[in-house]
Amino acid sequence: MTTANKKTLSHLDWLEAEAIHILREVAGQCSNPVLLFSGGKDSLCILRLAEKAFRPGRFPFPLMHIDTGHNYKEVIEFRDQRANELGERLIVRSVEDSMKRGTVVLKSDDESRNKHQSVTLLEAIEEFGFDCCIGGARRDEEKARAKERIMSFRDEFGQWDPKNQRPELWNLYNARSHKGENIRAFPISNWTEMDVWQYIERENLGLPSIYFAHQRDVVMRAGSIVPVNVPLASGEVINQPKAGEEIINMQVRFRTVGDITCTAPVISDADTITKIVLETATTTITERGATRLDDQTSDASMEQRKKEGYF
Amino acid sequence: MSNAQHNDSLLRFMTCGSVDDGKSTLIGRLLFDTKSILADTLTQMDRTSKKRGLETVDLSLLTDGLQAEREQGITIDVAYRYFSTGTRKYIIADAPGHEQYTRNMVTAASTANLAIILIDARKGVLTQTRRHSFLAHLVGIPHIVVAINKMDLVDFDQATFEKIKSDYLNFAEQIGLQRAGRDIQVVPLSALTGDMLVDRGDAMNWYEGPTMLELLESAPAAHSEQNEAFRFPVQFVCRPHASDNHDLHDFRGFMGRVESGEISVGDAVTVLPNGYTSKVKAIQLGDEKLQSAITEQSVTLLLEDEIDTSRGDMIVKSSEAPEAVKQISGMVCWLSETPLSTARTYVIRHTTRESKAKVSDIEYKVDVNSLEKLPSQGLAMNDIAKINFKLAQPLMVDSYSKNRATGAFIVIDESTNNTVGAGMII
Ligand SMILES: Nc1nc2c(ncn2[C@@H]2O[C@H](COP(=O)(O)OP(=O)(O)OP(=O)(O)O)[C@@H](O)[C@H]2O)c(=O)[nH]1
Ligand SMILES: [Mg+2]
Repeated sequence: MTTANKKTLSHLDWLEAEAIHILREVAGQCSNPVLLFSGGKDSLCILRLAEKAFRPGRFPFPLMHIDTGHNYKEVIEFRDQRANELGERLIVRSVEDSMKRGTVVLKSDDESRNKHQSVTLLEAIEEFGFDCCIGGARRDEEKARAKERIMSFRDEFGQWDPKNQRPELWNLYNARSHKGENIRAFPISNWTEMDVWQYIERENLGLPSIYFAHQRDVVMRAGSIVPVNVPLASGEVINQPKAGEEIINMQVRFRTVGDITCTAPVISDADTITKIVLETATTTITERGATRLDDQTSDASMEQRKKEGYF
Repeated sequence: MSNAQHNDSLLRFMTCGSVDDGKSTLIGRLLFDTKSILADTLTQMDRTSKKRGLETVDLSLLTDGLQAEREQGITIDVAYRYFSTGTRKYIIADAPGHEQYTRNMVTAASTANLAIILIDARKGVLTQTRRHSFLAHLVGIPHIVVAINKMDLVDFDQATFEKIKSDYLNFAEQIGLQRAGRDIQVVPLSALTGDMLVDRGDAMNWYEGPTMLELLESAPAAHSEQNEAFRFPVQFVCRPHASDNHDLHDFRGFMGRVESGEISVGDAVTVLPNGYTSKVKAIQLGDEKLQSAITEQSVTLLLEDEIDTSRGDMIVKSSEAPEAVKQISGMVCWLSETPLSTARTYVIRHTTRESKAKVSDIEYKVDVNSLEKLPSQGLAMNDIAKINFKLAQPLMVDSYSKNRATGAFIVIDESTNNTVGAGMII
């Protein structure tokens, strides 16, 4: 083939430029967008990208977290600290409030609240009249996500119709929606877990401590490492071991920090970003495969949840 | 995978071709042979294959991620996959082969810099091979690799390969796919067994050209090797209005992406459509101050003079300004189930700018099989036609063949907000 002589961006610079472009398109096209921010690594990358996209101005959108009430307190503290440092507005809406309203009904007390976030999210969208939610989902995470557009249209019930997506051509994004409908925008769609870690390393981003190797009480349950006796910010302690389970104190870290009841850590001694990058390069298991207890129920759980309004 | 932290360039490519030619399998195989599929994904694919009564892992399951796709064994919408070698990082788009889903193929093609067009060695060049080749040509994908697949089913026969190769190259010449600056490579392979994909195998020693992976590793990453004019559509204007901060009080930053060309501090620029001129005072990326910015870089431009500029305007170098026009003529692929109506008003989005538009006439429709130009009153889904539009607002355009970013537009139907057409300015 012909030889290349034109200057091009390195892959990380290219991904960064693409994400900034997407964030600015949301700001330019939508009248009331919101950035979903959990305190996790993907949304922390998006915050840095938003700084690069909009500073010295303020972000043209507030931040919002849908809190299941079962999040690691290290992550919640970090979330608040980061929003504070940036001086941007943080909205928190909680699944527990939806439970009080009766719009979320758990099948049993110990059912994971993770999938119920969709209900609380849709309620918050309606409350504030948001026309676009910016999220940190990546296509490399899961096979249904791999199919989703960067600007993904949701109907008034928040549903994704995977068989009938809007064509998305060049970088001419179409973020239009009618009242009540919604766009989900994913600026880091094309990033892999490795890209995220490399970006965190390059940009020197701070992270909640539980991303790094630490000692933790866990039990082995159906082949997964399950953290037990986890204290919440409220003082409540959740994830009690079941009868007969043996508590082991292990050195672990989290690859992803979702709801406590459905996120498992991995065994690791990586206590710096550089070590995490190296570990990511040699891992044999995907991020979700290793850590998400909710995707293993069926071959299509993510697709199903997305059809119901999940991020 | 293990060297992922050392590579730096990025190549976006797609697979296309007729139904069941093996596009999804080829991607699955490529990722498998480059050790890019992790153990748990493989276990899950294995489980699903066994449930379906297959003896070996069906590698197409890697990209066919939707329930409906897995049930029917076909691809419906584009799947994106990622892998890296020591040399570079890849973004792959696996496009569907079914005619019904052609619009999804166009979505994949619009961002690809290389297309792998698959042909089933038993079947040769089919209608859908022609359609996809024509679209790849229209969308201007700079590098084409033709993969003659399923060679295992024709006993790895060289004569079969040569025959299909010459058929294809004849066709490619007819449609102008084979033009100066674009090379077409033809590779025999088996996505199922992996011959000539990553490893050469020993079944086709008669073939002396590069393997598929070698072609991918050496393709240039830039979309165009030509020197393009500087085009900077303004996406957003930053005015912090910080009255308490002296430095920021008068800050006025024009935020956007360098869609083509390069810009440096001190360059003379013109802001269109108004035509105001100024000079670049500073280029910023976050806190970083840059001396210059290159194609595809997202930056903030500060100008020497206070100029009233908003989203939808375009900053260009004064010496190479494009035309501002209120009429455009382009090749349009119709993507909607609702046919085009010449009576209706649509919205055209071009760069960051929108305008109401009406069809003034449909010059002709292209019959993708015969390549004949046919007269036409309307357009149905998947039709390709040359259309002239009247615009309510001026657009700053270049021809698509000169500049992909300022030559492309989409057509939006305001009643549904759907993207119904993809256009390329002639
Ligand atoms: N023998 C043989 N079979 C192959 C080869 N490549 C693909 N196949 C088989 O051909 C069938 C179709 O393969 P897919 O990869 O799903 O085809 P596709 O082109 O992605 O199909 P669509 O996306 O639906 O258009 C499957 O049964 C594959 O196992 C090959 O090189 N040799
Ligand atoms: Mg396929």
